[in-house]
Amino acid sequence: MKKNKTAWEHVQLARHIDRPRTKEIIAMVCDDFIELHGDRYYMDDPAIIGGIGEIEGFPVTIIGHQKGKNTEENIKRNFGMAHPEGYRKALRLMKQAKKFNRPIINFIDTPGAYCGLEAEERGQSEAIARNLFEMMDLDVPILSIIIGEGGSGGALGLGVANDVWMLENSIYSVISPEGFSSILLKDASKAKEASEMMKIIPEDLLELSLIDEIINEPEGGGHLNHEDLGNILKKKITTKLISYNEIKKESFNIERYEKFRKYGKFNNKDLKV
Amino acid sequence: MIGKLFKKNKTIEIKSIKTTSRYNDISAEMYDKCEFCGEIIFKEDLIKNLKICPKCKGYHRLNPRERINMLLDDNSFEEYFEFIESSNPIVFEGYQEKIKLYQKRSDEKTAILTGTGKIDGKKIAIACMNPYFMMGSMGSALGEKLTRLIELATNKNLPVIIFTASGGARMQEGVFSLMQMAKISGALKKHSNQGNLYVTVLTDPTTGGVSASFAMLGDLILAEPKALIGFAGPRVIKQTIKSELPKGFQRSEYLLKHGFVDQIVKRKGMKNFLSRVLRIHQVGYNEKK
Repeated sequence: MKKNKTAWEHVQLARHIDRPRTKEIIAMVCDDFIELHGDRYYMDDPAIIGGIGEIEGFPVTIIGHQKGKNTEENIKRNFGMAHPEGYRKALRLMKQAKKFNRPIINFIDTPGAYCGLEAEERGQSEAIARNLFEMMDLDVPILSIIIGEGGSGGALGLGVANDVWMLENSIYSVISPEGFSSILLKDASKAKEASEMMKIIPEDLLELSLIDEIINEPEGGGHLNHEDLGNILKKKITTKLISYNEIKKESFNIERYEKFRKYGKFNNKDLKV
Repeated sequence: MIGKLFKKNKTIEIKSIKTTSRYNDISAEMYDKCEFCGEIIFKEDLIKNLKICPKCKGYHRLNPRERINMLLDDNSFEEYFEFIESSNPIVFEGYQEKIKLYQKRSDEKTAILTGTGKIDGKKIAIACMNPYFMMGSMGSALGEKLTRLIELATNKNLPVIIFTASGGARMQEGVFSLMQMAKISGALKKHSNQGNLYVTVLTDPTTGGVSASFAMLGDLILAEPKALIGFAGPRVIKQTIKSELPKGFQRSEYLLKHGFVDQIVKRKGMKNFLSRVLRIHQVGYNEKK
């Protein structure tokens, strides 16, 4: 695939207000979906939604960050920035999926986990850490698809998957370009320059073998044509569900660990090797 | 940055020291200014006191070798994976030079020290992060060393003890550093599934990607007094919520109160405390005669 957009253009498309969000994608992809609420400890986090459904006859558990379509809805959804409750709800539903042997599909679309006082008080770190720890071990397939912004630990909290896909106009990063620019470039206004250095667009991440597949969007981008994007995703996901069906149950967690185990580039100066 | 800070303080304070008999003929290398109370302390006194200020009781950060020396049985430490060093995975300009600078300054290759050792004769796998090495930030090399240590502990059924001190993921390595969170957590899950003990000791500071992964996954989570522990840094939170933060927010005592830390353990009692924990885990209930 040739690069025809700058990284900054990717960032803007990934954040585009008209992009289809998790709820809408679920409606397009699923034949049936029942939303399930709450983490059973504290509250229901509107920034992450989840539930059970059916895709072409396959039972699935689906979870995703939920951004809003407008300012009002974004305030309700906290712009897709989850509190610890969101991650705990996600984990509850993923463990439920394991019990009933259902594949898990996660849609990632968040600037990051919420950085607020109450989020700290209720253990944002612990909630994300717990998800990474437990997700690694689930013996059902997990497919994570980055549909917009894949921001840092808040994205990874739903991203420990057997397959990680990115929509053509999505991004995946360790920190926002704004954060990167203010910390490393010592200038908060250099987000655009930062985005070009950070390797956050799907082509770069595929080249670095950090994701598995790029899903092409309809001409001009998914924000212009939700329906076609829905159809593309439904077809891709169904094909994947069929292929998961042929893999032995015991191998999903092993494969997932081996996949993440390989991540990292470093110098090995071991003379014995 | 920290080095510069200290140098600056030293030169300012040299002038203010009165020439009493004790301060005669001393060189700048012999004393430090306490970062908490500003008092001038003899380095020797500070080290003897486990780097806790004798005047204000403030905990100065430790580098990994200092930690190992005050914690493990004499000569029991065996370093592993020292041959792993950072590369420049996303080719970020100036990154390699920065690594070299910190290597030279700290006389360490990475921001973590990994190995095995003994506490009162009980063998453990141990890792200590270095807050003086790029703020203990976690990149691929750190993640790999830690993962290998945990795998070694899993193979030999050894307890793992990690002293955390980190600002979080190393941004210069992009998504590679983010992935270390999952990689290390996965290795810990395997270690845990075999019934092995994992203890984390959170020291100042433990934030970001380190806090949101292995730091919070201990069977026991301990903390040094008054350490800063959080997902986001206080400055970011202040910006987000646009108001002042409560006193003591994100400190060890605050986390204890909110249920995220098992105990706050003072530096002086750390070895003994860990020794007791290891002893209780040494023999399984069913193995007891």
